[in-house]
This record gives sequence, structure tokens and C-alpha cells, in this order.
Amino acid sequence: MSVPDTGTAVGTLKFRNPLLLASGILGESAASMVRVYNSGAAGVVTKSIGSESRPGYRNPTVFEFGSGMLNAMGLPNPGIVDFGEVVRKTRASGVPTIASIFGSSPAEFAALAASMQEYGADAVELNLSCPHVEGFGAEIGSTPAMVGEVVKTVRDSVSLPIWAKMTPNVSDVAALAGAAEDAGADAIVAINTVKGMAISAKLRMPVLSHSVGGMSGRAVKYVGLRSVYEISGRCGLPVVGVGGISCGEDVAEYLMAGASAVQVGTAVSEGGPGVFGRIAGELSSFMSSEGFSSIREMVGIARR
Amino acid sequence: MHADRLRLVEVEEVVRESPSIYTIRYRDDRPALPGQFVMVWLPGVNEVPMSLSYTGEDKGFTFRPVGETTKALAALEPGAPLGIRGIFGNSFKLTTGSALIVGGGTGIASIIAAVEPFSSKARVHAALGARTADELFFEKRVEESGAVLHVATDDGSRGHHGLVTDVVRKLLESGGIGQVIACGPERMLRGTAVLGREFGIPGQYSVERFMKCGIGICDACSLDGRLVCNDGPVFDGDFLLDSEDFGRYRLAPDGRRVTV
Ligand SMILES: Cc1cc2nc3c(=O)[nH]c(=O)nc-3n(C[C@H](O)[C@H](O)[C@H](O)COP(=O)(O)OP(=O)(O)OC[C@H]3O[C@@H](n4cnc5c(N)ncnc54)[C@H](O)[C@@H]3O)c2cc1C
Ligand SMILES: Cc1cc2nc3c(=O)[nH]c(=O)nc-3n(C[C@H](O)[C@H](O)[C@H](O)COP(=O)(O)O)c2cc1C
Ligand code: FES
Repeated sequence: MSVPDTGTAVGTLKFRNPLLLASGILGESAASMVRVYNSGAAGVVTKSIGSESRPGYRNPTVFEFGSGMLNAMGLPNPGIVDFGEVVRKTRASGVPTIASIFGSSPAEFAALAASMQEYGADAVELNLSCPHVEGFGAEIGSTPAMVGEVVKTVRDSVSLPIWAKMTPNVSDVAALAGAAEDAGADAIVAINTVKGMAISAKLRMPVLSHSVGGMSGRAVKYVGLRSVYEISGRCGLPVVGVGGISCGEDVAEYLMAGASAVQVGTAVSEGGPGVFGRIAGELSSFMSSEGFSSIREMVGIARR
Repeated sequence: MHADRLRLVEVEEVVRESPSIYTIRYRDDRPALPGQFVMVWLPGVNEVPMSLSYTGEDKGFTFRPVGETTKALAALEPGAPLGIRGIFGNSFKLTTGSALIVGGGTGIASIIAAVEPFSSKARVHAALGARTADELFFEKRVEESGAVLHVATDDGSRGHHGLVTDVVRKLLESGGIGQVIACGPERMLRGTAVLGREFGIPGQYSVERFMKCGIGICDACSLDGRLVCNDGPVFDGDFLLDSEDFGRYRLAPDGRRVTV
């Protein structure tokens, strides 16, 4: 049997396989992102970048448990000005580079996207899971109205593909995706981390310095699959699935739920950047043994 | 997931090694190798990386109080709770019959864990460097291990008056050294690695970078695309000397690339 074609596309962007590096994982230095690409990923999403540099929260910032982890890094980043060199270097090495940005207002997102376009990013990913200036702590991406406003303002400022990344911490994630589609987004990414926290019973206190964090890893795969399934049922945009992917069959499940590509984050802690090559190989074997010759044949098959 | 998840331990003992150096001992039966480290969580304060200066079941880490966390650690009493993650990182390896092991400042805490086991299998020269005699520690452990002890202080208050790299040069010149192992301030490490290359002796150098996750996902500790927490902290001398970052750049906690 011939080797299956693992190539895929998200809108106009083509990838050699469906595996991208998720935002916030090894996405701070150009050298690490190039290494991830050379280890088998088809592209990378950078760490989420804001207007100003932020050191992030104090440690402990991560907590691992049996089937996943919690993190509250606090959006550490060097700020948009310093990050230009990182995007340029990564791009210059031939790595498809999706630049993640976060802001507290639509105008801030738009300005950041414009800088990323200037730096040569292939797309911008909007991290909508961050506090809104006037939102009194609510995430900027927690209502369709706010998502629509951010996407529309970014759309008016750049010609780059816009990927809108959804928070799963809402009752109707498909409604958020619909709002992003109506406002001119090019793809939907789902999911960001699931809100959670860890408490030490003996110490009678939260473990993370920020108390509340985001859950990722194997434990959230089923939330991610459900989100992708609901989103692809409601909106016509390509979907990029994220959450708990650690093997080739996990990728197949996301594709079958309706994703055209996926991102891998927490699994990198298990085998380093080499997980990308391993997962790509497993996906290819799965396709051969199940008789799939292309990614397209799998996309959305579970909902037909 | 990592087998090295967070667990709580009790401080067994706080040992004052010198006027400015402290060791905290705690029990943990996980196997550890020389050069490996743990993330130490002092509840309510911070979580920081510490090399293991004792790798057996009675573990320990040794530090100089330099900031908020290390000062608070030094003030702990037996029985105080600590969170430990790890054992993390790679380790020093004995590859020849004759090793020069160099520790500068608190880097001595890390190399002592190699001096002891390696001295029973090979001829070991241990060169310890510090700014002043008050900051020297573990000379006795070196002597008891059977290694040949060499000491240098910047102010001449003990041993050679000058840099520990002067001692390294002398020992390499006299020949018979098969490998170099070192941990310490990056300038000293670079100096040692340059000497190692000059004399054609392979080297293993343990470097420090700001750490957050400790498990190879946050990129805070990146050194030319290698993660000090996971791929390191021990790196081959040639890799380091050929890298852009070693001795020059590090990532600040906010990810800006700044000079070391
Ligand atoms: C792998 C590794 C092993 C280490 N082993 C030892 C050891 O055995 N003995 C020892 O005394 N020190 C060791 N250190 C350094 C130790 O982690 C810092 O001294 C400690 O974090 C200082 O914290 P502080 O709050 O007291 O000081 P601060 O005032 O916060 O900082 C003082 C210095 O410590 C560094 N530092 C602070 N937080 C971190 C962090 N999360 N990660 C890395 N560096 C940090 C800062 O960059 C600064 O240079 C090690 C570092 C690494 C990366
Ligand atoms: C340590 C860590 C940092 C993260 N930082 C970001 C970030 O800066 N921006 C973002 O959009 N998502 C961030 N995420 C979320 C991931 O991109 C991803 O959506 C989530 O972890 C689920 O995928 P996984 O289970 O494969 O990790 C982070 C996740 C982790 C574990
Ligand atoms: S400390 Fe997070 S990758 Fe090394």
C-alpha cells in the first residue's frame, strides 16, 4: 500500500502534516521553535505576546497530576517590540509561524496583529482567554459580542489569516466560533486550557502561586473533542483542534471531529520536541492500517 | 506524565556549612545522579531550582542566601514543610580514569555529588573556587572522598590567590587529565571550557538558567534551543562553546534575551 499523504491546509496555509506546536509551549525563543519544526512539527504557534514585557507569575507556575497538568504562567512575554527578532528568525529558517497575541481591548489586539504582520508571521492567533480591561476579570473571549468585536477590529487592521482561539470555559463554545466567523476570522482554534486549581490538603493552601490555573494534557482531550465537534457543526471555517493530544490516534480523533489540523502542547513534557516526529509516524501508520490515503478523508468523518 | 510530581517533605536538618553557606537535608528515596536538581517549593514564598549536594536517600541541597527565597530557606527549622518536584535533568558522567572536577561558588554544591562517587573509581582532582574563605565549603567531603583537593580564593584568604581557572590551567598543563567536569558562575565555566578545548580535553559543564516549569515546556531556560531543565543542566563543552548563548545571553523571566 502507498504511503498516506499527511499534508493538510488551514484555509490558504498549507502544512506538511497536521501537527503544530501549541501556544505557550517552547514558543519563546527562535532556536526552540526551529528545533520543534526540525523534530517533525509542520509549524509553530508562538507564545502569546502582549504590548509590554511581563515576567509572569511567581513559581509554582505548574502542577502535574496523573493525566495532565495545571499552569498559571501569567502570560510572561518580552513584549511586542522585542519579539520581532524572534518571529523574523523563526520565519527565516523556513518554519511556518503563527504568531499568538493577547490584549485587553480590541484596539490592542489590532496593533499587535499589525506588528506581527510586519514581522512576517504567516497568521495571527488571537488568545482570547485573557482578562478584559473593562471586563472586571471576565475573559475577553467569553461572550460572542466581545469575540466579534476583537476579530472585526483585527480584520480591519491586517490582511494576514486570523485564527481565533476559543476558551472552553463557556456554556456555548460554538456560539463564540460563530461570532468569530461572522466578524471575518479565517480559522477557529479550540481549546485553550480548562480552568482549574490544585490544593494541598496538608498545607491547606493552593499550590499555584496564582491559585487558579488552566488544565491541559490527556484529561482535557474529551472537552477538546466535544468543542471541535460542536464548532465544526455550527461554523464553516477550518478548525484547529487542541487539547490532550499525545499520540497518532488522538490526532485522528480530532480530525474526525472536524479539525483540519491540530496543536500539541503538554505532551512535549513527556518526550521533548521529539514527540512531534513520533506522533506524525503514528498518524501515518494509523492511516495506512485504516485505509486512509489523505487527511481530507478523515476530517469530520465522525459527524457524517 | 512525569514520575517526578510534587510531593511534600519535612526539613530534617539545616546545616551551616560556612558563615554564608547552608544545607537543607530531607528524606526522599527517589534515585538521583550527580548533577541532577530538584525544584524546591517553600510554600507561600517561591519555588526555585536547587542541585542535589546529597543524592542518597538522605537528600540535601546547599545554597547561599542571596534573595528572598534562599534567605527564607536558610531560616527554616527542622520539621518545616517543603514541596519537591523532580529529580530533574541529566547528570555528570565518569568517562575516563582521571577527572578534573571544578566547582566555583555555589557550583561546589553540584560537583560534590560527582567528586564522591567518581573518586572511588578514578583519579580525581577537585578544584574549588570562591570569592573568599567564608564562602568555601565541602573541602572535608572532598578530602574524605580521596580526591586531591585544590583551592583558590579571589582574595587569597585560602589556597591560591586568584581564579580557580588558574588552577585548572596548571593541572591541565601538568597532563594526565582525561576529562573536565565543572559547575559555577558562567564566566568561570566559559574560562574552564576554553582551557579544556585548548588542551583537547573533553568537558561536561553544568549551566544555570532561570527556571519556571522544570519539565521542558515553558522555554524559560532555553540555551540555543536546548532546555537547561531537560536537556541539561550538563552540556558538552563543544556544544556550549559553539553556541551563541553560552557566556553571552540568557532569557530574563519575561523572555527577553539579555546579556549573562
Ligand atoms: C539547575 C539549577 C541548579 C541550581 N542549584 C543551586 C544550588 O545548588 N545552590 C544555590 O545556591 N543555587 C542554585 N541555583 C540558583 C538558585 O536557584 C537561585 O539562587 C535561587 O533561585 C535564588 O532565589 P532567591 O529568591 O533567593 O533570589 P532572587 O533575588 O530571586 O534571585 C537571585 C538570583 O537567583 C536567580 N534565580 C531566581 N529565581 C530563579 C529561578 N526560578 N531559576 C533560576 N534562577 C533563579 C536570579 O536569576 C538571580 O540571579 C541553581 C539554579 C539552577 C538553574
Ligand atoms: C505551560 C503552558 C502555557 C500556555 N500558554 C499559552 C499561551 O500563552 N497562549 C495560549 O493561547 N495558550 C497557552 N496555553 C494553552 C495551550 O496552547 C493549549 O491550548 C492547551 O494546553 C491544551 O493543549 P495540550 O493539552 O496539548 O497542552 C498554554 C498551556 C500550557 C500548558
Ligand atoms: S524551565 Fe520550563 S522549559 Fe526549562
